[in-house]
Amino acid sequence: MISAHGLSVRLGERDVLDGVSFEVRQGEWVGVIGPNGAGKSTLLKALMGLVAHRGEILLGSRPSRELKPRQRARLLAYAPQTPALPPDMTVFDYALLGRTPYIPYLGRESRHDREVTGSVLERLDLTALAGRRVGELSGGERQRVVLARALAQEAPALLLDEPTTALDLGHQQQVLELVDRLRRTDGLTVVTTLHDLTVAGLYADSLLLLTGGRAAAAGEPARVLTEELVGRHFDAHVKIEPGPDGRPVVHLVRGGP
Amino acid sequence: MVTQAGPSRARPLWVVCALVVLAVSMIAALLGGAADISPWQVVLQVVDWLPLVHVDSGLAPVEQGLLYELRLPRVLVAAVVGGLLAMAGAGYQGVFRNPLADPYLLGAAAGAGLAATAAIVLLPSVAGSIPVAAFLGAVGGVFLAYTLGNTAGRAGGTATLVLAGVAVTSFLTAIQTFVQQFKVEELQRIYSWILGDVGGGWDQFWLVLPYAAVSAVLLLLHGRMLDVLSVGDEEATSLGVPAARVRLMVLLAASLATAAAVAVSGLIGFVGIVVPHVVRRIAGGSYRIVLPLSLIGGAAFLVLADLVARTVIAPAELPIGVVTMFVGAPFFVAVLRMTRRAST
Ligand SMILES: Nc1ncnc2c1ncn2[C@@H]1O[C@H](COP(=O)(O)OP(=O)(O)O)[C@@H](O)[C@H]1O
Ligand SMILES: [Mg+2]
Repeated sequence: MISAHGLSVRLGERDVLDGVSFEVRQGEWVGVIGPNGAGKSTLLKALMGLVAHRGEILLGSRPSRELKPRQRARLLAYAPQTPALPPDMTVFDYALLGRTPYIPYLGRESRHDREVTGSVLERLDLTALAGRRVGELSGGERQRVVLARALAQEAPALLLDEPTTALDLGHQQQVLELVDRLRRTDGLTVVTTLHDLTVAGLYADSLLLLTGGRAAAAGEPARVLTEELVGRHFDAHVKIEPGPDGRPVVHLVRGGP
Repeated sequence: MVTQAGPSRARPLWVVCALVVLAVSMIAALLGGAADISPWQVVLQVVDWLPLVHVDSGLAPVEQGLLYELRLPRVLVAAVVGGLLAMAGAGYQGVFRNPLADPYLLGAAAGAGLAATAAIVLLPSVAGSIPVAAFLGAVGGVFLAYTLGNTAGRAGGTATLVLAGVAVTSFLTAIQTFVQQFKVEELQRIYSWILGDVGGGWDQFWLVLPYAAVSAVLLLLHGRMLDVLSVGDEEATSLGVPAARVRLMVLLAASLATAAAVAVSGLIGFVGIVVPHVVRRIAGGSYRIVLPLSLIGGAAFLVLADLVARTVIAPAELPIGVVTMFVGAPFFVAVLRMTRRAST
């Protein structure tokens, strides 16, 4: 569904991404992990065509650079790490923005666009909030509203940048379970950056470990989340054990480096 | 089956309410202090003016002439100028994602001020030179700020554009002050132009109308696009919207509206900030409703401001710009207090 070869991004004087290659299959969930400043957010932006980049990105079988932004927006839906939420906009109107790639430039949304938006809100349990102003929502509700906008886009792939930051444990689980459910029912392809390694290992089918703009490791969670790799690239002292379902669980060890 | 109508369905109702307010304001302004005419007669007279309709308002020909030649064009110019300024303000606020942006942000006022001053000083005998000069000056000021902003910063970025506007404004204002010193005897004329005037009659109205129509249509069409821009450039791009192009189009339309308004009426302050904010407080933040309501609300606001300007110290007149600021500021504070919300 998504593949990148030799993806490089230069911002200012720095190579923020340097020759990253990876592959995301249809229906797969790929977690991008790495220390702060590794280039995780930049990777998602490059996929979305929001920063200038070198290297090739294929969406399906088509080179991304041949697509118009509108066409790309029908294939990829993107939710940034810190979305700008216009405080006076209603939840419904905000989610409706997801329909933008289907509405003519100076036209107005169709009945179908409203119906899609309405049913997405219903799926995310947001119908009761439809008339509320976005600025009046709690952190968990906001995250769901942003997700609703991305889903209203009806793109086959979702790029979510840290979808669970600022959420408590229960809301983290709620959002991730939701994404997982959508992936199973709709066959969505998902790429998320996640800073919590255990959570990343728990939900993703495969992980991509970035450090300093390069891909340091990629593959199944158990192969990427090893004490050796995590210790080296995060500069942390950790103990990693298989959890109840065999997925790796990362513990911090006191008295680390 | 989900039939989610969405909260935005309440929009036509708001527009109707605003139109009623505007109509009442215009009737009140037509009455404007003349004690022996009843509001009903004015309504009948307005109906009589409509093409193909004839009713007898019971007004004497002199009274009819007064209404038609003096009051009516004045009310219409105030309405058009107020609508343009408020809508341009809303447009600028959307483009810059800044609630404090106003129609004069990008140097339109300073450009128009300089050009009008130059026209008064250098071409005192050329009739009709002031509006043309003011229009060109406003467009020139915006063009200068835009070019400067784009060469100094990232193309299409907003922060450097605002800074460029500030730089252009102080530079042009300095020149304007310098120029006006050459003809100190014209200071009164210069200041009375700067403080605004909508009493120029039918000529003034026909002059501003085409620009008003073009810019209003362009801006109203971009309401949904401004909503998309309000999530930021990156997200707008991720939704397939060419953010820089939308911004340029809205800037062009809003600047055209500002230049047209300034050309016929001088620098009337506060409308472009107050009206969109009041609208936002009352009807919500979507530009699809803020733009049309600002157009109508701005019209009503300036019609009433002009009514105040020519009645409080009658037979003398206050400059309308003084009234908009004097009445506008407390009115603004009152609305902010009345609609105070828990989250803001
Ligand atoms: N516009 C920019 N100009 C220069 N450097 C940038 C810019 N944006 C991000 N960076 C740098 O790129 C690196 C990667 O950023 P980012 O992708 O946000 O990291 P992550 O999401 O992994 O924490 C950081 O070191 C950051 O300072
Ligand atoms: Mg990041």
